[in-house]
Amino acid sequence: MSNEGMFGVKGTGDTSGYGGLVRAVSNLGSTERPYGGYFDQVADDLERAYPDFADAITRVVVDRGELTLHVKKERLVEVAKILRDKLLFEMCMGVSGVHYPERTGSELVALYPLLSMTKNQRVRLEVSTSEVDPHIPSLVEVYGGNNWHERETFDMFGIIFDGHPGLTRILMPDDWDGHPQRKDYPLGGIAVEYKGATTPAPQNRRSYK
Amino acid sequence: MTTFDPYAATRETTEGTVYSVTGGDWDSLVSEIGESKEERIIVNMGPQHPSTHGVLRLVLELEGETVTEVRPGIGYLHTGIEKNMEYRNWTQGTTFATRMDYLAPIFNETAYCLAIEKLLGITNDIPERASIIRVMMMELNRISSHMVALGTGALELGAMGPMFFAFREREVVLDAFEAITGLRMNMAYVRPGGVQQDLPTGMVARLRDLVVELRKNFKDNEKLLVGNTIWMKRTEGIGYLDLAGCTTLGITGPVLRSTGLPWDLRKMQPYCGYENYEFDVITADTCDVYGRFLIRMAELEQSLRIIEQALDKLDATEGQPVMVADKKIAWPAQLALGADGLGNSLDHIREIMGSSMESLIHHFKLVTEGFHVPAGQAYAAVESPRGELAAHIVSDGGTKPYRVHFREPSFNNLQSTSAMSEGGMVADIIGAVASIDPVMGGVDR
Repeated sequence: MSNEGMFGVKGTGDTSGYGGLVRAVSNLGSTERPYGGYFDQVADDLERAYPDFADAITRVVVDRGELTLHVKKERLVEVAKILRDKLLFEMCMGVSGVHYPERTGSELVALYPLLSMTKNQRVRLEVSTSEVDPHIPSLVEVYGGNNWHERETFDMFGIIFDGHPGLTRILMPDDWDGHPQRKDYPLGGIAVEYKGATTPAPQNRRSYK
Repeated sequence: MTTFDPYAATRETTEGTVYSVTGGDWDSLVSEIGESKEERIIVNMGPQHPSTHGVLRLVLELEGETVTEVRPGIGYLHTGIEKNMEYRNWTQGTTFATRMDYLAPIFNETAYCLAIEKLLGITNDIPERASIIRVMMMELNRISSHMVALGTGALELGAMGPMFFAFREREVVLDAFEAITGLRMNMAYVRPGGVQQDLPTGMVARLRDLVVELRKNFKDNEKLLVGNTIWMKRTEGIGYLDLAGCTTLGITGPVLRSTGLPWDLRKMQPYCGYENYEFDVITADTCDVYGRFLIRMAELEQSLRIIEQALDKLDATEGQPVMVADKKIAWPAQLALGADGLGNSLDHIREIMGSSMESLIHHFKLVTEGFHVPAGQAYAAVESPRGELAAHIVSDGGTKPYRVHFREPSFNNLQSTSAMSEGGMVADIIGAVASIDPVMGGVDR
């Protein structure tokens, strides 16, 4: 798919002239203890309640007052169940996807913000997978409210949530090609079809080039 | 090959006969359906149905008048706001965020800006006056949003009067928004680092009058609906969803509070200085539409209480800055009212155009390129009129968001439509959906 924006703009569609300034996100490695706040308690409780902690949780990151647990995708459901039942994180506030095309092998990331109303605490789970094999287990059996959120993330990023009861597109039309929130998907430039008539994409209506 | 005529009155499919109703004689349709042997009917309600709160489509499976299955269909208002935001700088993002849930624009902007401020590490540097204005604007916005919820909710259940009162109140609030920001809706008023500009002269006094007027006028709707027999018959015991259901489905806001749990982020995880205000968290224990209605009615008074306290604080902070002091972040609009009603301060223009090339360069860079936000991710949540509205933003260190995701309460809460309506009557779906108060602009983004 060519990355061509509206009005004949090539590349990112950025007209400010500063779009070429790309910075790699460098946040590898775990945060050193103590994490501060209630984060140490959460990590300790999880280690006690979940014997496979060291194997399943690859990184524990505390940044900007937020705790993020990086979980191996095949262990996600187990960890979520423990967090829900033993650590009382009753609610999952949804799924947010991120696409990092330059991270070979873990291009697609899904983030689950969990909330414990009982303890008034928050924790975030981060799971990554590759573009080639974009499968992540579904959390719908643990947190039922994730149903639509996972459909949205599938729609926008193409992450396939295994075990989801009905993983179909939710915001885009059912017959849409591609996943719009991926970084290699262009902004604009899509022809619109309505009742048999096709309206060309803006850059094809007149010669703006 | 047969051609498909989308306007045909009936057509045969493998699922059975499909009737298209586009006006005409309803009785003849009913008698025709009555002749069919099967009791089970699938009705497509929406996306243009006037009672579905905007472009919401509900596919209903009915046995007579009993609903056996509800499948909500959304996406008709999807505008790709999250994708668009990745192509504009951080400040420009507020003009996108404000357009999601168009009944609660200030909440969208605040959630987005709080997340950016978290990433920038300037949460504690936001001037006190900016936070007070944010709180006051959010509470005014809560009133205008609840007014639409109550007014349209009542209208959808067949009561016309409440809407007139509700929209009268909403109108004066929007007039106040216009006086403060220049726009009635979608104002992009809350910006990273503070708010766009200070309140105009005499606004605090005007808002004090507004509070008095609103408090008096709220009584009209209260008299009309609270305890009204017809209203209670349509709402009591309808749209039942208990605490377990809310937790499983991630439901927050008035729907959660109608189960008796006083969960309100303003109290539990305060932001913008909400810990300095006195107000009550309203709950009900009926888990039904009537309980949610009562909660919204009572929250109006709590919002007025917060606004009154905010106005006192605004008097005390008169003349203090409303934007963070860091000139590398603050949008360089030293706005001053000119003869044309709006414009940049002439002193500021004189300085950047006449005497300081550095100021000009700085102004130019900040407006065209924007400020850099350190790499990382942040999640900031606010209590919107519909529940937890949160922004999850990711930065790669550049001047534009790498990824913005909104956890929209309408989107999440709409999932509960099926749980609330299945097994009930068709007419009660309307009440259940109205009590969730989904705004499709927020659901679809």
